[in-house]
Amino acid sequence: MKILVTAKRVTDPDMKIKVKPDGTGIVTDGMNYKINPFCEIAVEEALRIREKGNQAEIVVVGIGPKEAATELRTALAMGADRAILVLIDKYYDSTVVAKILKKIVEEEKPDLILTGKQAVDDDSNQASQMLAALLGYPQACFASKIELTDGGKKAKVTREVDGGLETIQVELPAIVSADLRLNEPRYPTVPNILKAKKKPLKEVPVDSLGIDVTPKTEFVKMTEPPTRKAGIKVPDVATLVDKLKNESKVL
Amino acid sequence: MAKVLIIAEHSKGQIKKATLSSVTAANKIGGGFSLVVLGKDVKGVADAYAKFGAEKVFVIDGDVFKNYIAENYAEAVAQLIKAQNFEFVFGSATAFTKDLIPRIAAKFDAGMASEVLAVEVSGSDVVFARPMWAGNAIAHIKITSPVKFATIRATEFDHAKESGAVSPVENFAANVDPAKAKVEYLEFAETKSERPELTEARVVISGGRGAKGPEGFKMIEELADLLNAAIGASRAAVDSGWVPNDLQVGQTGKIVAPELYIACGISGAIQHIAGMKGSKVIVAINKDEEAPIFQVADYGLVADMFKAIPELVSAIKASR
Repeated sequence: MKILVTAKRVTDPDMKIKVKPDGTGIVTDGMNYKINPFCEIAVEEALRIREKGNQAEIVVVGIGPKEAATELRTALAMGADRAILVLIDKYYDSTVVAKILKKIVEEEKPDLILTGKQAVDDDSNQASQMLAALLGYPQACFASKIELTDGGKKAKVTREVDGGLETIQVELPAIVSADLRLNEPRYPTVPNILKAKKKPLKEVPVDSLGIDVTPKTEFVKMTEPPTRKAGIKVPDVATLVDKLKNESKVL
Repeated sequence: MAKVLIIAEHSKGQIKKATLSSVTAANKIGGGFSLVVLGKDVKGVADAYAKFGAEKVFVIDGDVFKNYIAENYAEAVAQLIKAQNFEFVFGSATAFTKDLIPRIAAKFDAGMASEVLAVEVSGSDVVFARPMWAGNAIAHIKITSPVKFATIRATEFDHAKESGAVSPVENFAANVDPAKAKVEYLEFAETKSERPELTEARVVISGGRGAKGPEGFKMIEELADLLNAAIGASRAAVDSGWVPNDLQVGQTGKIVAPELYIACGISGAIQHIAGMKGSKVIVAINKDEEAPIFQVADYGLVADMFKAIPELVSAIKASR
């Protein structure tokens, strides 16, 4: 089988973000970049499916500037076989991302598409569902468990939903988006990092895909969130209860 | 005809209060709104939703909608949107609508705003404010497609009040072929709890790595019982398997804004703070006085939660 898995380049989730004073975006000087943690989980899951004895080619796809090759190399070092980087030079919303991925899916014809449920930079949580709609494929989003069934023709997926866990079975090809509990991604080893440098990485300019890349959203401005000031430290539990009762009156 | 369609959520025959926040957001747009309720035998829920000022409450009822399957629900709602020419489609940002709404949006080649914090209307211009980077930046965006989709963050909009009138409830016959879906619904393992729902509770008490295990959460439960509170958790606690996944508070978990939030043994990673910083009063109990959680807490207590929580339980009992 063939598994297509996404790997988005995002700002390091543990770094503090600052909004530019002119409201045109965020300050990117000195920013580090990483593979989106949810995509990393998706890559890991693809590897685990293969390690369970399924013959699988794992193709990792990224959409971004040339530098996004770094994150694709990370996925290759984890164990993916080859990479596709769709080169873009400006920000696209999820509608365009879904159209780009649709095109890649039509060319690659994977049996399973694994994605991260959201990217931790724009926090949209839209592209996987949109891609599923465009392709007319089943979707199983927010997955915490994936099991191939029916000789690899279907996948049984447990989804993290409000109030519990839901299990559905989808016919392949399908889109499954990874939630946090799906697995714990491995760290690439040094030999594998070296090997990854030699694995194929194909750059595809977005213009060559022949799709309409007009976003359906328009950026107006970026603002700082309302800040919350640190309050006071209380010396003991008695003072805390007194404050909650008499000062903030929430008890 | 109403301008906004709200996908109304329900559970066990009851309406979800989060949907009423979407009603408030729709009222900011103006031009009226309608609701749609999907499911099997959901007329009762539709009647309950008819009290909040909707122009109409549409019911999409049938065996094929008994369980939520994104493909079927998306197709049915898309047919309703076309039939009624809605310009906006909202739902509160829960696991249900986060899964469903982007799938519908794509059918219209339409833009979408996720987790909307504010709806800014000036003339015919509608700008949606939405969080990015775990809420550390707020993007203000316009949607340029004819139909505009959004999920609404329930903590940022008051629940709509009953209007005093009763909206007409109307059946919408959606044409959905269940055989097309290629999805089989297998089971739902419900997290059973007698507590108030995490996103709707007046008080939330959360535990993190400092809880050290299920025992720590036993202690938190005692305090929660006393305050009729919901229990939340940091990612560390959920990943360790001490509590169910749907208790996770944070960027990728639940967003809560109770009157009182007590964080026990939680260091305060950016991703956790994103999920609770809207709380009215925040209390942090942590051994480490350098823990970032203290930077957002109204009251910080540098203490071991295993010592502080039992003391807190006795002190609250004594103060009553």
